[in-house]
Amino acid sequence: MTDMLSENETQGHADLFSKFDPLIEMRRDLLSTGVTDPFGLVMEKVISPTVALCNGRETILLGTYNYMGMTFDPDVIAAGKQALDDFGAGTTGSRVLNGTYAGHKAVEEALCDFYDMKHAMVFSTGYQANLGIISTIAGKGDYIVLDIDSHASIWDGCKMGDAEVVPFKHNDIEAMEKRLRRIPEGAGKLVVLEGVYSMLGDIAPLKEMIAVAKKYGAMVLVDEAHSMGFIGPNGRGVAEDQGCLEDVDFVIGTFSKSVGTVGGFCVSNHPKFEIMRLVCRPYVFTASLPPSVVATATTSIRKLMTAAEKRAHLWESSRTLHKGLTDAGFQLGTEEPQSAIIAVIMPDLERGAMMWEALLHEGLYVNLARPPATPANMTLLRCSLCAEHSAEQVQQIIGMFTRAGKTAGIL
Amino acid sequence: MTMDRAETSARIAALIEPFNKKGIEVADATRFTDDLEFDSLTVMDFVAAIEDEFDIIISMNQQAEIENYGQLVDAVVKLQG
Repeated sequence: MTDMLSENETQGHADLFSKFDPLIEMRRDLLSTGVTDPFGLVMEKVISPTVALCNGRETILLGTYNYMGMTFDPDVIAAGKQALDDFGAGTTGSRVLNGTYAGHKAVEEALCDFYDMKHAMVFSTGYQANLGIISTIAGKGDYIVLDIDSHASIWDGCKMGDAEVVPFKHNDIEAMEKRLRRIPEGAGKLVVLEGVYSMLGDIAPLKEMIAVAKKYGAMVLVDEAHSMGFIGPNGRGVAEDQGCLEDVDFVIGTFSKSVGTVGGFCVSNHPKFEIMRLVCRPYVFTASLPPSVVATATTSIRKLMTAAEKRAHLWESSRTLHKGLTDAGFQLGTEEPQSAIIAVIMPDLERGAMMWEALLHEGLYVNLARPPATPANMTLLRCSLCAEHSAEQVQQIIGMFTRAGKTAGIL
Repeated sequence: MTMDRAETSARIAALIEPFNKKGIEVADATRFTDDLEFDSLTVMDFVAAIEDEFDIIISMNQQAEIENYGQLVDAVVKLQG
């Protein structure tokens, strides 16, 4: 029998990996120029929210999204250690089974207080929060109208659900309205927007966009991942800053940026929101966050409620860096600083990678972003500031950029 | 119906022109990605132009089913009801 099987002719073997060949080739070409792999950096030691040891060199961190510098806050760390001692290393269970500890309820309460909203639901990552909420609330026959520059987690949430997906041009209110107007009468509508778009660091005209969405009877979801903690009078984000948070049905956020750990969430005032805990698969079929993580998040969120001074300092740094890089001759993603992200536009991937490496040699880490993650096929060096960057570090950074820009032939 | 299709096809053909950088001759079997070399940004602008011209929505779900010009014309005829 075995013999007979082995003698059978079988079809030629199709390598499932051949679809990745163009990317493999692109990477090989880039690395063959001798440039350090921009996607293979290892931090050997993290000294503070703004400094780490990379390749044995002390490096200023300017690409971490650690906006409020909470990763090394002594209260935050103490809370995490205590929770490790009291509750162990992990929950080994889903939130709806054995994975809800006192700490998970506490962090959801902290979020309700932070946003002044009735309901909060914590996911294991921010990615899962978008994936879960979007795919669950917009179903067959419903329409999702979203900005074309939306984050991958939003797109994946759309792809996982059964709704009709209708994108519109970035921040284009008229394009959004046209699409809302054309949706068949009676269909459910969800408009998905972001407060800060992380690639260029620009913000959305949420007030106008949400007013239009409401005019057409749409529910509104806003991802405030890159604004929590420092935009808006209470750090609730761009919607708060523009005075339209009350009209947002769902705010999506993350613990992996300003909060300084990992996890994601959705807050809402929808009266039926709690049913999400039973129907949202990325929430149900995942182990919950470790007790130490939710404990650090709770402490961090509560401290962020009163972090007005840190917020002011971060804005000051953002303005200084934006002006310094503009004056040095770099082309930036926004004309004015709109967030803690400052994107420096590179002429192409090759020179972008050269510049990235020159900065690393100067002792500065930034994010290299390239297509398809970027809008308009741009190569970007993305800088995200931290409230713990000193005024002196910001000046150092401007000097490093200027020198590296000359080395890489961009200035 | 055939008149509708011919008229729709003519209007779409006019809309393709500014995006057809290489001046490739467009027939029903012409593929957007492989023949006209549309990238994702071009697709977005082109779809928006068609949506505005016919006052319709071509969702991403529907776009996934459309590979060539003939399929697009058929879809637009159908969407106009």
